[in-house]
Amino acid sequence: MKIVSGHFYGDNGKMKEYHYTGPVEHRFSPYSFNGGTVLAVAGEDFAIVASDTRLSEGYSIHSRDSPKCYKLTNTTVIGCSGFHGDCLTLTKIIDARLKMYKHSNNKSMTSGAIAAMLSTILYGRRFFPYYVYNIIGGLDEEGKGAVYSFDPVGSYQRDTYKAGGSASAMLQPLLDNQIGFKNMEGVQHLPLNQEKAVQLVKDVFISAAERDVYTGDALRICIVTKEGIKEETVPLRKD
Amino acid sequence: MALFDVSGYKSHSELRGQIIGTGVGHFIDRPNQQFSVPVGVDPSGFLKSCSREGGVSIDLNHGTTTLAFTFRHGVIVAVDSRASAGSYIASKEANKVIEINPYLLGTMSGSAADCQYWERLLAKECRLYKLRNKQRISVSAASKLLCNMMLGYRGMGLSMGSMIVGWDNKGPGLYYVDDNATRLSGRMFSTGCGSSYAYGVIDSGYREDMTVEEAYELGRRGITHATHRDAYSGGVVNLYHMQEDGWIKVCKEDVSELIHRYRKGMF
Repeated sequence: MKIVSGHFYGDNGKMKEYHYTGPVEHRFSPYSFNGGTVLAVAGEDFAIVASDTRLSEGYSIHSRDSPKCYKLTNTTVIGCSGFHGDCLTLTKIIDARLKMYKHSNNKSMTSGAIAAMLSTILYGRRFFPYYVYNIIGGLDEEGKGAVYSFDPVGSYQRDTYKAGGSASAMLQPLLDNQIGFKNMEGVQHLPLNQEKAVQLVKDVFISAAERDVYTGDALRICIVTKEGIKEETVPLRKD
Repeated sequence: MALFDVSGYKSHSELRGQIIGTGVGHFIDRPNQQFSVPVGVDPSGFLKSCSREGGVSIDLNHGTTTLAFTFRHGVIVAVDSRASAGSYIASKEANKVIEINPYLLGTMSGSAADCQYWERLLAKECRLYKLRNKQRISVSAASKLLCNMMLGYRGMGLSMGSMIVGWDNKGPGLYYVDDNATRLSGRMFSTGCGSSYAYGVIDSGYREDMTVEEAYELGRRGITHATHRDAYSGGVVNLYHMQEDGWIKVCKEDVSELIHRYRKGMF
């Protein structure tokens, strides 16, 4: 009994019934996707920046303890997700620019100034972008919470809350509903206090870990208030 | 220091030289921003080729409808507020009008980062012009500056469709500038993916001798109907009115409420 296979029929290079065997172009891609989700919420006198700590690539997990929030100044934290190599270089460059500013101007950069500077740093790579989705959370000059969200090439705006990274499309509608009170009728618009905001962030990440493969392992929360930056780590699903 | 060259830092003496100027009457400073370019690849197609390899998908904020028209009592500018990244709505309240000075406005459509960056640079050049020449820049000159910036990067994949609106010595001014360095003066323009829908509405309702309220309503309608039919436009309508003594922000209304008002019979 002869077993027929697609291999042995048809000329080389022609599209066959079973698979294509002609030349295929491969090119080195400078980018890779390392997953991770970042979230920031601004309150009346506080800001929260939270991220998961899983670092993945394709089907593998490289690390379960790689948080994506980086402390910039006493009043500002940045969350970066996307390609880990670009996240590291970008945070190094921001730290360097912050230090230079501090030495030339004898004061720390404000959150708004850091956001404007990051926009120009990102746009400087408009034709070969940093593959990083950034969200800055901190206190503005009046002590109120501020969140700035960016796209990979530097377009930014100030928000009250924003989710970025692999589970952003799942989390953003949930935040719109719970913090923005969108699409709800007959509810009281209560202002968000710090305890409720932290609990909401934990709940939201637990949901993200359930449905997004790149989010999980642990949650790192940074709470920025005028007293300083407090960090909390909460375990998430490890599967 | 490591990364000094790529960090983009400018020393104090460089900044000073740039502001005071090294030549006589140069209109625009030599661009001191160096852009990194991927080696050996066409920049405009580079991002697309990297997408979807191993889950990499770099989506930039995009999409809009904006419109502007002149009439007897000045210029009306109306924009939507949706910023999309691929099929995801990155922002529902993006700000697409840049207030360059009390007599100049710029609208943004296309790539959000390109518009924000170049129009902010334009605002800086307008301010420097005012400081050097002791008079406000004309709308024609401001739009020419932006047009020349675009010409310098033509073919590199920038995406920007902007309208420069102002009131100067020659009266109300409206110019359309885009990423191909097209610069057109006119009385009515609409840009963005929803522009065809907006043109239909404002073309049919436009009269040169409209009252101010009629003009506001026409601008609002144009954006509302465009957001109703274009998937990449939505959010709120931001309406500005450019008058002889400067611009005023007229209103900011959600399009879902407006569309219900206009199409009562439909829903």
